[in-house]
Amino acid sequence: MKQSIFEIRSNEALTDSVYKMVLVGDTSDITNCGQFVNIQLDGMFLRRPISVCDYDEETLTLVYKVVGKGTEAMSLMSSGTKLDILTGLGNGYDLDCAGEKPVLLGGGVGVPPMYNLAKKLREQGKEVKVILGFNTANEIFYENEFKALGCDVTVTTVDGSYGVKGFVTTVLENMDYTYFYTCGPEPMLKAVHKASVTSGQMSFEERMGCGFGACMGCSCKTLTGYKRICKEGPVMKKEEILWEA
Amino acid sequence: MGSLNVNLCGIELSNPIIPASGTFGFGYEFAELYDINKLGTFSFKGTTRDPRFGNPTPRIAECYSGMINAVGLQNPGVDKVISEELPKLKACFNKPVMANVSGFSIEDYAYTCEKLDKEEQVGWLEVNVSCPNVHGGGMSFGTQPEAAAEVTKAVKAVTTKPVIIKLSPNVTDIVSIAKACEEAGADGISLINTLLGMRINLRTRQPVIANKMGGFSGPAIFPVAVRMVYQVANAVNIPVIGMGGVSTAEDVIEMMLAGATAVEVGAANLVNPYACRDIIRDLPEVMEKYGINNLKDIIGGVK
Repeated sequence: MKQSIFEIRSNEALTDSVYKMVLVGDTSDITNCGQFVNIQLDGMFLRRPISVCDYDEETLTLVYKVVGKGTEAMSLMSSGTKLDILTGLGNGYDLDCAGEKPVLLGGGVGVPPMYNLAKKLREQGKEVKVILGFNTANEIFYENEFKALGCDVTVTTVDGSYGVKGFVTTVLENMDYTYFYTCGPEPMLKAVHKASVTSGQMSFEERMGCGFGACMGCSCKTLTGYKRICKEGPVMKKEEILWEA
Repeated sequence: MGSLNVNLCGIELSNPIIPASGTFGFGYEFAELYDINKLGTFSFKGTTRDPRFGNPTPRIAECYSGMINAVGLQNPGVDKVISEELPKLKACFNKPVMANVSGFSIEDYAYTCEKLDKEEQVGWLEVNVSCPNVHGGGMSFGTQPEAAAEVTKAVKAVTTKPVIIKLSPNVTDIVSIAKACEEAGADGISLINTLLGMRINLRTRQPVIANKMGGFSGPAIFPVAVRMVYQVANAVNIPVIGMGGVSTAEDVIEMMLAGATAVEVGAANLVNPYACRDIIRDLPEVMEKYGINNLKDIIGGVK
């Protein structure tokens, strides 16, 4: 974990409620895709945890949805604004399990962490299939970005206004793949857990206090013991997940 | 440079800064960030007789200048704290640590304290009679002078190290509870624990926290804490540790003027993991600004 100051290079709307923010700063502590950062915002006591969409030696890309006061404040920030950010939080995805034909499933605001993962898997020469699930056509983002990486992309919408009508699992059921990676709302994760025929990894979300393992605010029970979503997670293996009723 | 030393129940501290229980784990996570030997000491994660998962999530709610938590005393239990956590701590912390203990019966408190008292690394026992999170648990002991005194007596009977009773602010008369603990043999008093609070989500109309209520902490509660530390410090003759919303070196001085011998820092660690390091770094300059040579000279110095 590292605390440092980042400067916003750009901050633009991708849809009505989803924004893309590119920041410049010290990314040296971001060691894996699927990790998150925790951002301090003026006038708000707790930091805001946001998953890493993409990063390189000097830039950090966050794609976030406006869901409350914190993300709303972020959406109004202009380039040049400086932010205090904790980087390198969480475990991230384990790429070694992918096999030759991994499938990546992103639902809504669970799509962003799939991007750097897809990039890394493509760099390894993997044949990467991507299923992006949204409610409706005007909520779709990042379809072309994944295509530009050379991924085989399918978009689903619940109302059928674009792509395949249905859920990400509608497409997964007829697909040939060696492993899965997913991030999205919990009902989707549960459905993917049930529909998948291989092992895989999924990223979880929980309300956090600190984001670095100190407060025990985001603990969950797993088949391999108690885990903190922020520290031992947010990525869990399919085999260890314990769904609570 | 002025002196930051204070003496807490017979043990010298190089400075009065103590990360509060529940915001600092068992120390080693913060040791990755800075040398935690810079601290006066720290109070480790509230430990109980048996392992506990704690409350369901969500356990955290944000407030203006603070937060509510209802973690529910998640901890691995006293045996694992001794066999696993303390050895890990030993690798990065060479000062006496404050052992924070919670319980659900008098016997629980005595059992857990007796075990931790035997550990060489433990310098003080901080007995939490005030945790507001657990149904039928700590709350009841801390809200009645007789019950708080009974816990104090039971712990004192089986321990040799200084026993500090950590009090709840969710009471009508905190002074009478502090006095009862002093009379029962307590070596020190720490206060305040969190204030019982609640938030409601307007969209779902449900409480934000799964446990409905939780402990409110952060800068918002600082004035309440200063007031209660002042009242208690003026009523007892044992050292008082002040806490509640402390975030800066100025806050530390204010708490000490109110009567605190040492100062715990809680929620601030969660938003700035370097909070205690920064406070210790800033103290000499703030002392100089207010003409303080020895920090211990200002304890209870409010006119």
